[in-house]
Amino acid sequence: MSILIDSSTKVLVQGLGKTGQFHTDKAIAYGTNMVGAVHPSRAGETFTFQGETDHSGVPGRPDTYEVDLPVYATVRQAVEETGATVSVVYVPPPFAADAIMEAAAAGIELVIAITEGIPVADMIVAKRYLQGTDTRLVGPNCPGVITPGECKIGIMPGYIHQRGKIGVVSRSGTLTYEAVHQLTQLGLGQTTAVGIGGDPVNGTNFVDVLQMFEADPETEGVIMIGEIGGSAEEEAAEFVKSMSKPVAGFIAGTTAPPGKRMGHAGAIVSGGSGTAEAKIAAMQAAGIVVADTPSEMGEAMAKALG
Amino acid sequence: MKIHEYQAKELLAARGIAVPVGRPATSVEEAVAAVRPLIEQSGNPVVVMKAQIHAGGRGKGTFQENPEIRGVNVITAGIDGGVEAAEAEVRRLATEMLGNTLVTLQTGPEGKTVNRLYVEQGIDIARELYLAVLLDRASSRNIVMASTEGGMEIEKVAEETPEKILRQEIDPGFGLLNFQAHELAIDLGLSGDAATSFIGFVRSLADTAMELDTDLIEINPLVVTGDGQVLALDAKMAIDDNALFRHPDVAAMRDESEEDPAEVRAKNAGLNYIKLDGTIGCLVNGAGLAMATMDTIKHVGGEPANFLDVGGGATADQVTTGFEIITSDPAVKGIFVNIFGGIMRCDVIATGIVEAVNRVGLEVPLVVRLEGTNVEEGRRILAESGLAVVTADSLRDGAEKILELAS
Repeated sequence: MSILIDSSTKVLVQGLGKTGQFHTDKAIAYGTNMVGAVHPSRAGETFTFQGETDHSGVPGRPDTYEVDLPVYATVRQAVEETGATVSVVYVPPPFAADAIMEAAAAGIELVIAITEGIPVADMIVAKRYLQGTDTRLVGPNCPGVITPGECKIGIMPGYIHQRGKIGVVSRSGTLTYEAVHQLTQLGLGQTTAVGIGGDPVNGTNFVDVLQMFEADPETEGVIMIGEIGGSAEEEAAEFVKSMSKPVAGFIAGTTAPPGKRMGHAGAIVSGGSGTAEAKIAAMQAAGIVVADTPSEMGEAMAKALG
Repeated sequence: MKIHEYQAKELLAARGIAVPVGRPATSVEEAVAAVRPLIEQSGNPVVVMKAQIHAGGRGKGTFQENPEIRGVNVITAGIDGGVEAAEAEVRRLATEMLGNTLVTLQTGPEGKTVNRLYVEQGIDIARELYLAVLLDRASSRNIVMASTEGGMEIEKVAEETPEKILRQEIDPGFGLLNFQAHELAIDLGLSGDAATSFIGFVRSLADTAMELDTDLIEINPLVVTGDGQVLALDAKMAIDDNALFRHPDVAAMRDESEEDPAEVRAKNAGLNYIKLDGTIGCLVNGAGLAMATMDTIKHVGGEPANFLDVGGGATADQVTTGFEIITSDPAVKGIFVNIFGGIMRCDVIATGIVEAVNRVGLEVPLVVRLEGTNVEEGRRILAESGLAVVTADSLRDGAEKILELAS
């Protein structure tokens, strides 16, 4: 088992520009079942992806792959033709929120938005639009979601992952890679790794993912990686108190000066709220093993597992 | 992006939101020339002169060069002495303010140079309130925040008397509804003309926040005048950087002289750089990892000199610029490059480092830790470059190595 995505997941890519093409190719090399693309100016074309298979991905595949991906003008057409249930958004920031809403309107169950730099006001509208639909949004401004050995959707390097028993959820892309890499080296591996993104308005939050990991029989422990800004980590810590599985964590930004946005739009300490200290204290009070530095996230997980 | 008070008021006035009449000035003569038309237009012999800097606390702030002068000055000389007396006082104060350094609670002890003044009509103040529109992350919506405690720092009010903070959520589909504005008016103790005036004001403010993609509009104080009108005595506005592409007029209001030159250079190159006080320069991909790298340097006993996130899709050129910005900081005694490649390919980073060192030279120790996409190629480029690069196996290992080499 895993959460959100597995080997049967049919995936659409929205936005087949340079970045979209690069990562669609990597996803196919990993073994992800990419079934179509949405890119209005190239509708009707077929994109061929071919190369050497990434053998850190889905097992038992031939050494090379060649996949023809049909391109559609709208998500609705793509869903009708391919039966896709998940889409990944690489659409540029000015149009990305619209792409998310289009996917929801077409009945996509899970939209994973990678795009960084979407205006907050657009995300406020998109989030409002998603209310009352059955669509789950992950991101934006996130690395994506991966279930090792089955399905990779997003921009994470596949080879650092290994199928295992730990769930990973994080606001930071590169810190997710750190955690995953350490879990692989320690032989603990991952069930699914979910990047929820660094924006102040996002779809899926820590609590949503923690709930899914708690319910997933294969997941034995969870690493949650937060950062300064907002109160999502405090809310997550409150939820962790009710969990049966051990949780380890890390919070970035102990040395961040107040009032400055630290790269991520959501990473800001303002008016004394959203500090790393408050988050670490809340997490420790909930029994989460918090690592001192990111190099010790894997060890913290091992310690939490006992 | 922050803008000045006078720019914010210009944007508000253009949307029918009441602000005092005022004129910006960048020279003593401009400030003096503003006095007569202001007094004649408003019929009030009192004028106010306000330093324009991107920091609050100006009313209590004082100038380094002359601590008797404050950041905001009310000039009453015109009441008895007429326009000429007001002009003379404005001339005296403008001379003391322009080009000098204003220190407020928010500027830090080094203060900020005042390059602009705003000369404004005096206002007959009956009450001072607080009003703001900002993002509420928990509900993923903008909210209106209001309080009867105008003129106070809102963080202090929130901490000491949280019951005095009023909130209304703005549904992006409807804007702030009339009844919500009315509830706020009642809760603020407004009635009659003042309530009517407030309802129009706050609904327009909520619309403006959405139209202009503001991160924050803060009116502190919002004043009720003796004749029952509300108006923005002060205005602070910050615009969502990610939305500036659709507001070229607002983007043009950017005042780079208010920002750190290195931060401006980084921003123009598409990099996220924030100058800090330490000695270990860092170049990292990803905001979370960049913060965590700073934290780890501190954890092993060092002090980070900066935050620098080269982003997910940086080019070799951007890496070179980042490197140049770090090495131009004289406090930097060592550089730690920490890359975990996802979108970012390690060979691109390695190429950028080699180019940067070849261009600007390297006078301090350099530790590089590479992991992720194309890592072998990246390591090969560094090894074959002949540069004096120390490699590290992990973030912590790298932080410890650079600290040892730099001290």
